[in-house]
Amino acid sequence: MTVTKEFLKEEREQSWRVDVRKLLKNKERTALKRVHMGEVAPDERVKSNIEVNTGLTAEEAINEARRCLDCPDPTCITGCPVEINIPKFIKRIELGEFLDAARVLKETSALPAVCGRVCPQEKQCEAKCFYQIKMEKDPVAIGYLERFAADYERESGQISVPEVAAPNGIKVAVIGSGPAGLTFAGDMAKQGYDVTVFEALHQIGGVLKYGIPEFRLPNSIVDVEIDNLKKMGVKFETNFIVGRTATIEDLKEEGYQGFFTGSGAGLPRFMNIPGENYIGILSSNEYLTRVNLMDAANPATDTPIISGKNVAVIGGGNTAMDSVRTAKRLGADRAMIIYRRSMEEMPARVEEIKHAQEEGIEFMTLTNPVEYFADETGRVSKVRVQKMELGEPDASGRRRPVPMEGSEYDIEVDTVVVSVGVSPNPLIPSSLPQLETTRWGTIVVDEEKLQTSIPEMFAGGDIVRGGATVILAMGDGRNAAASMHNYLQDKLNP
Amino acid sequence: MNKIVEKEHFSENVVRLEIEAPRIAKARRAGHFVIVKVGETGERIPLTIAAANPERGTITLVIQKVGVSSRRITDLNVGDELTDLVGPLGEATHIEKVGTVLACGGGVGVAPLLPIVEALKKAGNRVVTILAARTKDLVILEEQIAEYSDEVIIMTDDGSYGKKGLITDGMKEVMEREKVDEAVVIGPAIMMKFAALTTKEYNVPTVASLNTIMVDGTGMCGACRITVGGKTKFVCVDGPEFDAHQVDFDEMLLRLNGYKEIEKGAEQQYLKSKDK
Ligand SMILES: Cc1cc2nc3c(=O)[nH]c(=O)nc-3n(C[C@H](O)[C@H](O)[C@H](O)COP(=O)(O)OP(=O)(O)OC[C@H]3O[C@@H](n4cnc5c(N)ncnc54)[C@H](O)[C@@H]3O)c2cc1C
Ligand SMILES: Cc1cc2nc3c(=O)[nH]c(=O)nc-3n(C[C@H](O)[C@H](O)[C@H](O)COP(=O)(O)OP(=O)(O)OC[C@H]3O[C@@H](n4cnc5c(N)ncnc54)[C@H](O)[C@@H]3O)c2cc1C
Ligand code: SF4
Ligand code: SF4
Ligand code: FES
Repeated sequence: MTVTKEFLKEEREQSWRVDVRKLLKNKERTALKRVHMGEVAPDERVKSNIEVNTGLTAEEAINEARRCLDCPDPTCITGCPVEINIPKFIKRIELGEFLDAARVLKETSALPAVCGRVCPQEKQCEAKCFYQIKMEKDPVAIGYLERFAADYERESGQISVPEVAAPNGIKVAVIGSGPAGLTFAGDMAKQGYDVTVFEALHQIGGVLKYGIPEFRLPNSIVDVEIDNLKKMGVKFETNFIVGRTATIEDLKEEGYQGFFTGSGAGLPRFMNIPGENYIGILSSNEYLTRVNLMDAANPATDTPIISGKNVAVIGGGNTAMDSVRTAKRLGADRAMIIYRRSMEEMPARVEEIKHAQEEGIEFMTLTNPVEYFADETGRVSKVRVQKMELGEPDASGRRRPVPMEGSEYDIEVDTVVVSVGVSPNPLIPSSLPQLETTRWGTIVVDEEKLQTSIPEMFAGGDIVRGGATVILAMGDGRNAAASMHNYLQDKLNP
Repeated sequence: MNKIVEKEHFSENVVRLEIEAPRIAKARRAGHFVIVKVGETGERIPLTIAAANPERGTITLVIQKVGVSSRRITDLNVGDELTDLVGPLGEATHIEKVGTVLACGGGVGVAPLLPIVEALKKAGNRVVTILAARTKDLVILEEQIAEYSDEVIIMTDDGSYGKKGLITDGMKEVMEREKVDEAVVIGPAIMMKFAALTTKEYNVPTVASLNTIMVDGTGMCGACRITVGGKTKFVCVDGPEFDAHQVDFDEMLLRLNGYKEIEKGAEQQYLKSKDK
């Protein structure tokens, strides 16, 4: 699905693009400073779940759009996993044509308001921006602009519902309603398929709903996208576990001819150290699910949550950052990150780390838990940690943390959130013995077509990649839809 | 969608509900459970499928009121709908002809025991069932259990019905008098702990069905984890049945109380709101 250079060039030579480029000299463009995203003040925002980033004003967005040079060789696009035509949407913003900008985004991304918020831009599109690689200047704020255009469209009430082809009567099933499943569903509906999305939980959205907190990605934004899919005719069945409530065979009997599995990487890992099953030690999945999916912090709901005073979160990824900042919002006096490598190796988005620091989160890096202790009721009271130093690089290219002998000390805690990674959800693979999986439990697919060892089943997102990102999951959904369309058309019209 | 078609009170605190759930009724096996949520702000709680009627498209749940969520469900009436119902979950019971099986149910644990007793009997086993409760009024499902048991022994703590004594007393009596090839124990964690210790004395392989705290029920959160044979297991996907002699019941007992204080508050709040 790669966009060709010729195509990009053609687009770039359209008269409107040529005209925008002439509006300012490149020197004037590069002299502009990168926009600063408005934020709710740290002491204010930790009191509620309010979204931290407030978004750009139209004026700020236009100004930032002016910085983009509309490069002849737009390297930024090579950094985007779905190859959004970045200069094209940015130049629409420069012209104040925000709805058109949103339309450009939707050519390639099903959930731009989501990606604009949660993509690790500093490692993707913005890392490849000309400013960054050639001028050692701050890259164009592609993520902020993407969010701006998508928000503008949504708030304008003029969201465009994509055109849907005449129904072709072919039923396809989507397993899981995360970004991979939702993207796939949208693309298939556009081509006229009769699409049903099956979701195990009682809410639609996957990690976007149960994992990523409200202060980073408000649920209302995800819901608008889901409503759009409904308008396109996509059907949703919640509380439906494929492989349990009904098997793939049952669904085939009901007429489903194609299956897309986007069941995610839902199985939390623990460290298997002594005391890890004491009360008050939870996985980040449990912690975030209680707060986000079950709204446990709201006194009007029945689901309980422990709001600890001394909360330690083990890990350094987005999930760890979301958990520790949630703990702060639930009233923790001390909310700590315990991470075995150093700040530089932390996999979380740079912006989240910055926000966490502003919110008073303590970072204990090069530190690793080795044992937990509990009080007489079985509730965790202390974690014993060990200092680490960085040794030789390991297989991932990062320097391997090595424990320092005799460096152990104890930290008082009453809640611990373990956030050291997830494994693929085994529900689908275990109910389909003929489905080929790797020894890590991920589903094996043809890299290009995303077809599994069962020809009518395609798969993508975290169930194929292990833990990945929203945008990669979406890209998979899109590619799988294209391949399944080809597969079904060949099969049904030989 | 999941409409209640029948409701019956077994005792003041134990209610049987028959609920429309055609897919689950068809797919479920003995040992499976569902997760139920009542109301938009409700909690997800696990309940065993006590029986199912695939022709009628219904499943039966037997629920004991212990806190806010179990109360919300038992307060529903015929015609009401469950907000959310998902399943069947867990691994089905491994049913085999082994000879004589001693099935032990304590309190509301008799409900999940019923489908297992039925399946064991149908597989050709001799089934001796012990039903235990604090007092006569709390003995449930006696008739249904009797239908699939070669013998039913009732034990009450206060002697108001059947024999006076704890479930372990009844178990010892049976294991003294005849060879038991396997035991199944379901009930409060503390009962299962002592039942397991008892069968261990007699070297009888024993299965316990564990009722830990759960959230999703699909292996996603780890709330239900326990230690079995020194390894951490997730009750919702690896269980709910485990080798009772390997389960760390003391840890399970502690973990069950993890949210006790908060839950108490929620229950009182609910009872108050009902009074209004
Ligand atoms: C807390 C947290 C923060 C994150 N932050 C970021 C971030 O900032 N940026 C970023 O790019 N990525 C982030 N990620 C990663 C990103 O969310 C995932 O890579 C992405 O959601 C994967 O999408 P998916 O569609 O493959 O699966 P998921 O979003 O995991 O959705 C899978 C869905 O399938 C359902 N399901 C599973 N099995 C079945 C079945 N048998 N039948 C029916 N339904 C089933 C599940 O219930 C779930 O809802 C974060 C992840 C977490 C947990
Ligand atoms: C696989 C499985 C199958 C189950 N099947 C049934 C069933 O068929 N019928 C039935 O009545 N119950 C069953 N349970 C137990 C049921 O889920 C709990 O009683 C329920 O979650 C309590 O919720 P609550 O809000 O009413 O009480 P809470 O307010 O959560 O708890 C009130 C009191 O009950 C105790 N408690 C909480 N959870 C449990 C538990 N899981 N087991 C025992 N005590 C608990 C607490 O310590 C507390 O003191 C099952 C549990 C599991 C895991
Ligand atoms: S989708 Fe993500 S990577 Fe692609 S342009 Fe948008 S923010 Fe950048
Ligand atoms: S590389 Fe940067 S400046 Fe060039 S087109 Fe892309 S965003 Fe604009
Ligand atoms: S209930 Fe969440 S993993 Fe078992």
